[in-house]
Amino acid sequence: MKAYRVNLMVCAGTGCVANHSFEIKKALEGEIKKRGLENEVEVVATGCNGFCAEGPLMVVQPDGIFYGHLTEKDLPHLVEEHLLKGRPVPKLMYVPESGKLPIPKMSDIGFFNKQMLIALRNRGLIDPEKIDEAIGRGAYTALAKVLTTMSPEEVIKVINASGLRGRGGGGFPAGVKWDTCRKAHGEPKYVICNADEGDPGAFMDRSIIEGDPHAVLEGMLIGAYAIGSHNGYIYIRQEYPLARERLVKAIAQARDYGLLGDDILGSGFKFDIKVARGAGAFVCGESTALMASIEGRVGEPRAKYIHTVEHGLWNLPTCLNNVETWATVPVIVNKGADWFTAIGTGDVSQNPWGGSKGTKVFSLTGKIRNTGLVEVPMGISLREIIFDIGGGIPGDKKFKSVQTGGPSGGFLPSELLDLQVDFEQLTEAGSMMGSGGMVVMDEDNCIVDMAKYFLSFTQDESCGKCTPCREGTLRMLETLQRITEGKGEMADIQLLDDLSHFVIDTSLCALGGSAPNPALTSIRYFRDEYISHIVDKKCPARVCRQLNVYTINPDFCMTKGHGCGVCRRECPEKAITGEKGKAHVISQELCKKCGVCVDVCKFDSVAIS
Amino acid sequence: MPKLKIEDLQRISEEVRHTTVLREGAGRAKVTVHMGTCGISAGARKIVDALLKLIEADHVKDVILTTSGCAGLCSREPMATVELVNEAPVKYVDLTEDKIQRVFKEHVLGGKIVKEYALALGSERTY
Repeated sequence: MKAYRVNLMVCAGTGCVANHSFEIKKALEGEIKKRGLENEVEVVATGCNGFCAEGPLMVVQPDGIFYGHLTEKDLPHLVEEHLLKGRPVPKLMYVPESGKLPIPKMSDIGFFNKQMLIALRNRGLIDPEKIDEAIGRGAYTALAKVLTTMSPEEVIKVINASGLRGRGGGGFPAGVKWDTCRKAHGEPKYVICNADEGDPGAFMDRSIIEGDPHAVLEGMLIGAYAIGSHNGYIYIRQEYPLARERLVKAIAQARDYGLLGDDILGSGFKFDIKVARGAGAFVCGESTALMASIEGRVGEPRAKYIHTVEHGLWNLPTCLNNVETWATVPVIVNKGADWFTAIGTGDVSQNPWGGSKGTKVFSLTGKIRNTGLVEVPMGISLREIIFDIGGGIPGDKKFKSVQTGGPSGGFLPSELLDLQVDFEQLTEAGSMMGSGGMVVMDEDNCIVDMAKYFLSFTQDESCGKCTPCREGTLRMLETLQRITEGKGEMADIQLLDDLSHFVIDTSLCALGGSAPNPALTSIRYFRDEYISHIVDKKCPARVCRQLNVYTINPDFCMTKGHGCGVCRRECPEKAITGEKGKAHVISQELCKKCGVCVDVCKFDSVAIS
Repeated sequence: MPKLKIEDLQRISEEVRHTTVLREGAGRAKVTVHMGTCGISAGARKIVDALLKLIEADHVKDVILTTSGCAGLCSREPMATVELVNEAPVKYVDLTEDKIQRVFKEHVLGGKIVKEYALALGSERTY
């Protein structure tokens, strides 16, 4: 094995790849060769590093120096200074806020040092396409332990004791699920990995697969051994081409090594995995719809009083967990249930629903400085995630709300920033853990508009099989639409509330059962904003254009813009009058409130009230 | 490809251990070669090459080799600093390929400081 003195860990997660990280990698290799360092420095493409806001990025090891926002023209200087002369380059390092000093080491950056990595344990440390590197970091040792020293019942006992709950949204205790599936009648039994992550702004599962596919395979192998299954499926959406490619490669490598197939590690146990591609329907992330889709039927859910652990795929016992859950399993096996239960909240020794143990991966998006992927211990506060790790809101804007749990999660206000993040507390607050999406909103976001946005997503993705979800979400969406257009009445708030409860109570699956959450929580925590829209006919965040009044500040228009006339030319309704050199005026009768004048004015002369 | 047995996992892990240790930045020993302009012109590149060859030839897995800028004592280049875990760093001066080989075998691998090539024990304080 060739020894290098430096490894450049270039992030090749989807975010960085979109920012040309493969080109950066190629250019780096060229530059390194030019300097004659190709026998000393190796460039490695890793999975998602997590700090997507800084991409394209890389980490120089063994020094642990973090460089972000790389461009090809930075590379000659970087290679000469850091790699040849050993002097790290401050101008490419992370700067927490303008005016502050750059932070050289990744481990000193606030975004990283509050995180605790279990599911993402190998992120940025291995080339996901090389199984040897994963093995070097301990992959498949938990499988070896299970196959040689534990009975299936003992494995289930450990998972039960660990309090591991499903990371895909439901939070169902994995041990309970495995145990029921093991005891269910019917052969063969199936193990499924749900990689149909469909929440907008969520990319936890994608990143785990892209960065460390063997963690998922190992988790499924352990689960299969515990349940007594020899057939596995990974259901992954077509929109994740890179993740799927790496998964397929990982499966092929694992088969070559005899880690999948017959007689795994010489133990006699056999298990193999097929990859099933989903077409990207949101509802196919629901377990029964997902199974229908694998079977080749229309991806629609069915009533769940018949449990999938007993009658799942092809009506046979099936154990389904999501990517993150599977990826967590090997660590629990290796380190033990006690180690795992020491992290998180509550007590799971008597009741598997009694607490939230371990860590959870969240994707931070929206109005937040450090967009990216973070893994934190359960019980951490929202404030720590958003402000300490996420770096707060850009541009000194005021925090308004955070939506947790994907499009069907609730909006939580600033009063709840100190809420401990776990399954129970989030549900109690009207939101949910969901799969771990976290969308941050600031004062410029209108909460009614956001509720409308998320509801329009879930309504669009509603499969239409059951009436409450199909029709109920549509009526709710229409009501929200009316309110944002200034045609709302006070009774609409009650109507929304009633409809929400009706849809939640009567829908067939969790899609309808959770879709009203944004509307419900926005009414619960931001009632004032509804009243402004309905009674005052005003949108406090000035987002709902139909409620805005656009006027031109004559002073600004004259002194700054000298009556440039751009707004007059661009206005599609010809509602703006004036001549060059003079202040312009908007006719309120003609104005259709499209807001083009605001967008085109370079002098901020158009006021919104 | 032959199917793996359980002991093969350990073997593969051992084979890639140098890479793993390098990326975790957690070696037992760290050798820093000073590569300022002065160091490079005095032959520091040869020292790095020699060290890399030693690491490869001896299948050493837990030693990290790194470079840094000028150490401030340009007249005694090429220089290298050897740091063993929990021990004070030692600076070696006026190095040649033969000298660094001895330092590597005796100090880095053997834990015994090669006194005749060493400048001093310890490093300057940094703020």
